[in-house]
Amino acid sequence: MKLKSNIATSENGFIFNPATGDSFSGNGMAAQLLAAMKSGKTNAEIKQDILNRYDVSENQLDRDWDDWMLQLKEANLLEI
Amino acid sequence: MEKLPYQKPYIKKLHAGAMNKFGTRTGVQPVKSIDGVSVKSLIENYGSPVFVLSEKQIRRNYRAAYRAFSTRYPKVQFAWSYKTNYLNAVCQIFHQEGSWAEVVSGFEYRKALDNGVPGNKIIFNGPGKSADDLQLAIEHDSMIHIDHFDELTQLLNLSKNLSNKPRVAIRVNMDTGVYPLWDRFGFNYENGEAWSAINKIITSGSLQLVGLHCHIGTYMLSTDAYGIAANKLAQLAVSCQTQLNHKIEYLDLGGGFPSTNTLKGAYLPGNDTVPTVDDFAEVITSALLNFGFANDDLPLLILESGRVLIDDAGYLLGTVIANKRLANGKAATIVDFGVNILFTSFWYEHQVSPAQDFVAHNDNMVIYGPLCMNIDVVRESINLPALNPGDQLVVHKVGAYNMTQWMQFITLRPAVVLIDEKLRTHLIRKNETLEYTAEPELVPAHLNNSK
Repeated sequence: MKLKSNIATSENGFIFNPATGDSFSGNGMAAQLLAAMKSGKTNAEIKQDILNRYDVSENQLDRDWDDWMLQLKEANLLEI
Repeated sequence: MEKLPYQKPYIKKLHAGAMNKFGTRTGVQPVKSIDGVSVKSLIENYGSPVFVLSEKQIRRNYRAAYRAFSTRYPKVQFAWSYKTNYLNAVCQIFHQEGSWAEVVSGFEYRKALDNGVPGNKIIFNGPGKSADDLQLAIEHDSMIHIDHFDELTQLLNLSKNLSNKPRVAIRVNMDTGVYPLWDRFGFNYENGEAWSAINKIITSGSLQLVGLHCHIGTYMLSTDAYGIAANKLAQLAVSCQTQLNHKIEYLDLGGGFPSTNTLKGAYLPGNDTVPTVDDFAEVITSALLNFGFANDDLPLLILESGRVLIDDAGYLLGTVIANKRLANGKAATIVDFGVNILFTSFWYEHQVSPAQDFVAHNDNMVIYGPLCMNIDVVRESINLPALNPGDQLVVHKVGAYNMTQWMQFITLRPAVVLIDEKLRTHLIRKNETLEYTAEPELVPAHLNNSK
């Protein structure tokens, strides 16, 4: 699943979709994930990076990753 | 290298538009303890879910309500409404404080006797008393509140040849300006049915009419209705005195005072809209004091409050089982307590608080119970921080009706714990077990395949 290419994101978690005019705010972790997704890293690389740096179990991260994808999909921010 | 604290990622759509005039503060605070006892330790010791009652709060509520009436009126008596919460420990707290018992079935009547309440301090209400129940109440000299003419006839038959006349009152229903009218209980005031019942009792010579009773509704948000009710009961009492030369000893205004829970569909929270017990006391006692009774001849005022005395002293503690996202993207949380033990979630938007620290972000979510039933929704919409499986929750103001209307359905009913005034915890009802539910069951021999 890839982020739509025209989505604008800021370092502090503000997200803007110029196609629909929708804007979103996210927390710090959301901002990091969005930046990583835009940089072209694979999902596995992004997850490994989070596991290395943050105090979270692999199970929890997998669970939250699935939910994260659902949130992006619901917000219409992913390529179909 | 020490790892950084992790936060579940989230995004939230921003909406431009008019500000809500009530602001955006959600006010969610963690509730880590109840009366100083930690939620964590309560769940560790008694399981999850678990009901917790605060003895301190129960006594505080009772004393405040008693004070509200007794500082305005010289003769006041409360009778604990058993059906609101008839756990024996709870009843004993109210009886220790001076409450009589108000019961509405033979089962509750016997419970009150077992709790050591003298028969002459038990008020027996309700439309469904059996001949045995009435006989028992007559033998114990209780106040029997008659609901209908068939009950009156039955009592007249039972009281034949008795040396002591049974003490009775009639329940009166009336138009107090609150609709729908509660006309299913008792005798109607406006159409003269109540007066006719009074006449019949007094002329019978075999029953003692000691009181008049009404109970105009439940969760009443209008104090005026009680003023009207007090006036109409007082009018009947005065008519008894002047026309039948019979003195009515007490007027029982029933219950129906609301707790501060928020009713479903209410725009403002219960805390902001519900009249206080003092407001009700002011209206009721003013009506009686101004009615024209002689000062030394005021009838005893009886109140049968339940909900308002115990709702905010009860908590339900539980645990998050899982999170999921619904098809429309809305967050959903599944918890380990359902509507089978939290019956009042059908009426109220119960306040739910996390029992541990959380990140600042709130999400709108639905809280589902654990039952595999579509109706099992504890809150349809509530703003709470992201919850993880294993997180603990506190549901507030659940002391009234849940521990009597709960049912053993799909899951077993949990333990009930009382925190006393010295902050000691006491198990006052054990959690149910499979053996407990199986005990009354019988399996015919040809179907018995158990070990």
